[in-house]
Amino acid sequence: MQPDTTPAPAGKTLPANEAMLSVRGMKKVYKTDGGDIEAVRNLTFDLRAGELACLVGPSGSGKTTLLKCIAGLMAPTEGEVLLNGTKVVGPPKKMAVVFQEYGRSLFPWMRVRENVELPLKNQGVPKAERDRLVDDALEAVGLAHVPQSYPWQLSGGMQQRVAIARAVAYQPEVLLMDEPFAAVDAQTRADLEDLIRTVWKKLGVTVLFVTHDIDESVYLGQRVIILSSSPTVIQEDLDIDLPDERDQLNTRALPRFTELRHHVYEQIQLAKAGHRPAAATQA
Amino acid sequence: MKVLKGIGYALALPVILVLIWWASTLGETNFFVPTPGVLAEKFAETWFGERILSDVLPSIGRLIVGVVSAIIIGIVAGLLIGSFKWLRDLTEPVLEFFRAIPPPVLVPVLMLLMGITDGMKVVVIISGCVWPVLLNTIEGVRAIDGVLSDSAHTYGIGGWARVKYLVLPSAGPQIMAGVRQCLSIGLILMVISEMFASSSGLGFTIVQFQRSFAIPEMWSGIVVLGLIGVAMSFIFQFTERRILRWYHGLREVENAA
Repeated sequence: MQPDTTPAPAGKTLPANEAMLSVRGMKKVYKTDGGDIEAVRNLTFDLRAGELACLVGPSGSGKTTLLKCIAGLMAPTEGEVLLNGTKVVGPPKKMAVVFQEYGRSLFPWMRVRENVELPLKNQGVPKAERDRLVDDALEAVGLAHVPQSYPWQLSGGMQQRVAIARAVAYQPEVLLMDEPFAAVDAQTRADLEDLIRTVWKKLGVTVLFVTHDIDESVYLGQRVIILSSSPTVIQEDLDIDLPDERDQLNTRALPRFTELRHHVYEQIQLAKAGHRPAAATQA
Repeated sequence: MKVLKGIGYALALPVILVLIWWASTLGETNFFVPTPGVLAEKFAETWFGERILSDVLPSIGRLIVGVVSAIIIGIVAGLLIGSFKWLRDLTEPVLEFFRAIPPPVLVPVLMLLMGITDGMKVVVIISGCVWPVLLNTIEGVRAIDGVLSDSAHTYGIGGWARVKYLVLPSAGPQIMAGVRQCLSIGLILMVISEMFASSSGLGFTIVQFQRSFAIPEMWSGIVVLGLIGVAMSFIFQFTERRILRWYHGLREVENAA
């Protein structure tokens, strides 16, 4: 938490050789006819390889903007994103993104299997290996029984599983998720949360999970990065010291879970009320 | 059983219309309105002979070449214009200009430039058929969903793969709507391209019958045109159902929800 060269030091940084993903002084200003809109003011943080971090913030706090910049879909106005020390200028090969709008991220003209297979096919992965990866991914998300369905024949939760399977089969080093469960019902959501923990452990992938759901962020993450309201800075970067084995009933019943949840909730309320961390107000 | 029922429905109205026509021309002596019997007789006499080879098939051939070329040109140009904004800005005024020109007025001009050839007739057909396909493709390409496009982008799907897996299927429903219009315009232009200074073809033959007061023959030619239209529509529907199976399914699910 000690200030370094950047003006808003609230996010945790690591020595360059330990960081998988680095966000450095990121600022994003949208130029519109009605004037400039500053969506993100100054963000700096690092993710270790294999870390599962949640990014939580009030609505309109530029979460999606941040994620799009990290994914290389959008260029930040200032600052940079580094993946394994290389600056991100377009979508990196070793990164996969799962979007909130499952109904609009899968190709409706392709069957489930084809959807999962497409990125691999496009990369020229040989057929035999492709089949194995697709089978494993569908198996991992519990969809081995519907490879010949079209996505729109499935429920919302199942569609999002297909999108997760597609990301898993792609074997990314970094998996970005943009409020992936915001549009599914509560029970499905709990299942999918556990699915993410399982997949993360199995693959050792680095996950950045964006959500507006405080419980979800505490339950899932090893770390929760709390964003301020717009223009966005980091409100707090919090370690989640819950046991590694988590389950919906027992973890959520732990006193420590309640404390952490309480803390994050307070911070979000502060952020909504316009409170900003000291370092950012000086900047 | 289901098939029989379908055929029954499809044929019921034509049969009723012919019956009405038959009843209302009973005892009719009007030279310009043939009875169904006379028309059927003349139809067989006129078209089941060498005219199939000399007039009908060449006309259909030009129609197919014209329509297929128009579809290919329309889709390729539409993909390009829809994908690049600068190209859209560059071509839009010119496209509006050419689109506004009714293709029949081009017939005399093209006749002078190209002579009275098959090529000229095909160009007339293309000049009218290309617009619905082109404009629909442009719109279809522009309307690609942002999230879907981002998904493809993050998985490194670009260039030709993007066109094949994302742009074409996504614009498919719009393109097919354009093709449907293109077919009916094509039939009209096929006839018109043969009405001036031609010496063969369906359009020419019908005009010829008209001028020589061979009225039942003229009517039978019109029936041939109608039948070609019906055949084209069936082929189109069959193809469209296969290509856009996903789209019809998706729509059904959306409507049921």
